[in-house]
Amino acid sequence: MSDNNILEIKNVSKIFHTPDKDVEAIKKVDLTVKEGEFISIIGASGCGKTTLLRLIAGLEKNYGGDILLDGKRVEKAGLDRGVIFQDHRLLPWLTVEDNLTLGLDGSKEELRELVNTYLKKVDLENFEKVYPGQLSGGMAQRVSIARALMRHPRILLLDEPLGALDALTKMNMQTEIGKIWEEEKTTMIMVTHDIDEAIFLGDKVVVMRPRPAEVDQVIEIEIPRPRLRSGEDFAYYRNLIINYFNHSILDYVI
Amino acid sequence: MATKEKTGIVEKILRCGIISWIIFFTLWAFAAFNYDEIFLPSPIETWKALVKVISDGTLGADIIASLGRIGKGWGLAILTAIPIGLLTGHFKCVRWLVEPLLNLLRFIPAIALTSMFLIWFGVDDKSKVALILYAAFFPILVNTIAGVVTTDKSLVEAASCMGAGRIRVFFTVIVPSSVPNIFTGVRLGLSSSIICVIAAEMLVGGDGLGYLIQSSRMYYKTSWAFAGIITLALIGFIADRLLSFVGKKLLKHFGVK
Ligand SMILES: Nc1ncnc2c1ncn2[C@@H]1O[C@H](COP(=O)(O)OP(=O)(O)OP(=O)(O)O)[C@@H](O)[C@H]1O
Ligand SMILES: [Mg+2]
Repeated sequence: MSDNNILEIKNVSKIFHTPDKDVEAIKKVDLTVKEGEFISIIGASGCGKTTLLRLIAGLEKNYGGDILLDGKRVEKAGLDRGVIFQDHRLLPWLTVEDNLTLGLDGSKEELRELVNTYLKKVDLENFEKVYPGQLSGGMAQRVSIARALMRHPRILLLDEPLGALDALTKMNMQTEIGKIWEEEKTTMIMVTHDIDEAIFLGDKVVVMRPRPAEVDQVIEIEIPRPRLRSGEDFAYYRNLIINYFNHSILDYVI
Repeated sequence: MATKEKTGIVEKILRCGIISWIIFFTLWAFAAFNYDEIFLPSPIETWKALVKVISDGTLGADIIASLGRIGKGWGLAILTAIPIGLLTGHFKCVRWLVEPLLNLLRFIPAIALTSMFLIWFGVDDKSKVALILYAAFFPILVNTIAGVVTTDKSLVEAASCMGAGRIRVFFTVIVPSSVPNIFTGVRLGLSSSIICVIAAEMLVGGDGLGYLIQSSRMYYKTSWAFAGIITLALIGFIADRLLSFVGKKLLKHFGVK
């Protein structure tokens, strides 16, 4: 294992056995993630992005190859990996505070302190007694980000975390996630369908291709931070990726 | 503006059901006009009987007797069916044990068991309470199992990702998410209890609303029987409304509607 690689994905494959047929969700994926890196993953629908994240999270059993987290093969879910799903998945019958502290040990005061700190981070001070049903989509997703961060994961896995939000909220949240990433120095892997989002946040953009589901390209984004979506270098990467997709779409049609 | 308000009032009157009741009572009155009180008492005769049984205390005593039995039988059904349902829904091995029995037994109506229960539990209250327990048990059990089985897997997954262990997941995700189904079961259990208590009291005798209805018929006081039947309908209606109101208030966050 090399010095600062936190995650090594080697020759990983995953087949789902369904009653009528076997689905090869991932054929062969290789990817190395360095400690503290922000990785964006993009790719056509159904090319196995969610499956890859779920494998890293330990939510899918029985895969081929190796996923090594700090050198240990991932076999099941654990608190060293935080997951943020596209839907917030907060429990509707618990207050924000109880959702945040679910499964955590500690005294009441410690937990309250922790809740306050992290709600502040996601700009939701004084919302601890509110129920998820009373929050907007963006607010609920921020709570779920706080929930994952509070557990200090080594890696945070985000599966289209902003996919369900409107354009304006989405831009604000991208900035917020970027800020949190810089503050917490957590390694993050984010799946997205939004090319701008991938470039805005990623140190690397991993492009996956379907049939066979593989990593096609890893593009290093060398834009200094804080990044501007309107910059020239931003446009360069955007065109690069758009062109890539235009070509590959033609490939797949033929 | 004015016409709008008018249609609003008309709609309100129609929707509150009063028209239906006026039609119902008119038809009833007309039908009863041609018959003897013993064959079919009129609304007014029924009303008089109702006032009589209320003022001499018969009705009150019978209501209390019936409600007491419902409370015991239904309460016991809630206390037993919910835990068994939760375990059955959650653990496959328990389901394999319980479901074969459940799928057959729940089609045996309580009334069919009355004479057996009389032998087993005696002629007093015990056999009636046992019958109610039996009648309310299955709707609660079946719905509780359905609630557990239909728990949103993604919530279970999220909670375990956040560090909640199996027991914590059971009590903070699976049980709460089953609450709307359990509540439906409890409501259905209550109507089963009411139906069953009347049948039991009619067949076994003693006291209670069922006995009032049955004995009045036997002494040709049909209007008294009608008074009992109307009381029964009202009790069922009020109990269900009350339960659903309390459910909405207390269990709002669990998604009870
Ligand atoms: N539990 C499962 N059982 C069977 N097949 C599955 C399962 N999960 C995913 N698949 C299949 O695996 C393939 C990859 O799915 P996956 O959800 O990983 O794609 P994705 O890249 O995340 O797509 P999207 O961008 O639409 O979210 C799809 O063909 C999908 O139908
Ligand atoms: Mg996906």
